[in-house]
Amino acid sequence: MARYDRAITVFSPDGHLFQVEYALEAVRKGNAAVGVRGTDTIVLAVEKKSTPKLQDSRSVRKIVNLDNHIALACAGLKADARVLINRARIECQSHKLTVEDPVTVEYITRYIAGLQQKYTQSGGVRPFGLSTLIIGFDPYSGVPSLYQTDPSGTFSAWKANATGRNSNSIREFLEKNYKETSGQETVKLAMRALLEVVESGGKNLEVAVMTKDHGLRQLEEAEIDAIVAEIDAEKAAAEAAKKAPPKET
Amino acid sequence: MESVFGLVGKDFAIVAADSSAVHSILVHKTNEDKIMILDSHKLMGASGETGDRAQFTEYIQKNVALYQFRNGIPLTTAAAANFTRGELATALRKNPYMVNIIMAGYDKDIGPSIYFIDYIASLHKLDKAAFGYGSYFALSMMDRHYRKDMIVEEAIDLVDKIIMEIRSRLVVAPPNFVIKIVDKDGAREYAWRESIKDAPVPGV
Repeated sequence: MARYDRAITVFSPDGHLFQVEYALEAVRKGNAAVGVRGTDTIVLAVEKKSTPKLQDSRSVRKIVNLDNHIALACAGLKADARVLINRARIECQSHKLTVEDPVTVEYITRYIAGLQQKYTQSGGVRPFGLSTLIIGFDPYSGVPSLYQTDPSGTFSAWKANATGRNSNSIREFLEKNYKETSGQETVKLAMRALLEVVESGGKNLEVAVMTKDHGLRQLEEAEIDAIVAEIDAEKAAAEAAKKAPPKET
Repeated sequence: MESVFGLVGKDFAIVAADSSAVHSILVHKTNEDKIMILDSHKLMGASGETGDRAQFTEYIQKNVALYQFRNGIPLTTAAAANFTRGELATALRKNPYMVNIIMAGYDKDIGPSIYFIDYIASLHKLDKAAFGYGSYFALSMMDRHYRKDMIVEEAIDLVDKIIMEIRSRLVVAPPNFVIKIVDKDGAREYAWRESIKDAPVPGV
């Protein structure tokens, strides 16, 4: 096996591209990121590993704007993310320049995935070590979308998804608890999913909400704390309700 | 025969441009919008070769937007003007853009400003500027009537005086003008001055 993992352009006998799979390992080590699509709101929530005391946390934004109506969060190698995000931002403007229309979410996802794929089929380069969650509203139909790409260059649309650390547990939670939501309910669902694997508290989460009319809004720490408190209260109430009924019968 | 001119007021800047789209002896339309809004607080009035004008101003607009996404904050007016001049200068000795530009912007700590950028890439920060045959009349009127710190009504009055001069004294005078303003509340269309009504909807 060791002979087939050095160069990206070499298949192994059983059909694996090991470099791509190792890139996926890098993603699995990255911070947890969750995306949830509601009817009129789309939410991205990313785990914030503890910031060193002397670091200015504002310089480390994990959820970024690609255009007025598109945002992205990722898990994996942050330096690779910078490069990919820069190329995507240029493409968003370039598309507007040539066809006078903003990109659709699907278009820019396909572009980013295409870039990631190119780096799995060239000599002398390695794949991008990150998976992205891309959210946005279609510029004309207003339909909300959530897409995911990964280092192999595949992409697909989701109602809710997670990537990075413990993404399997988060996805299980989402599969069990997903329902069509809107507004604040979508935010709460995304945060509840992330809180399954992340320590509770505003300083451990970065949350951003996108709506058709107001674009991307990053939530302040205080807001996040307030919603976390609501979620905890709801959880406690649900626990209490579970214990109460047997006595009433 | 195109005219673009602009001036700085108390806490705003105004740019006015004619709105005729001409090809040799034919007037294609009289409601062409030649003042592009670059971002929330910048606008750019341009005159010159039609294709170059559209291409170059759109290119600058998209690059100004890209800067904002990459860096999280918008360009200052001075930076945008210098970037624009740089693009003109780079293309000058290869494939020049035949576009004259008056860029106006409002920056929070600086206030309103206007930049004169001509097609051979000169850049001047000015209080009043004008391009085209209309500039002969515009500059003379502004030299006579312009004062620092005019309020909007006074500035628009001056703009109207200039338009009147251009209409009456220039042999092939453009009939219609568009006026746009930028202040702390942003860049927006202020008014049209039409002596010939073309289509009911302003140029796309």
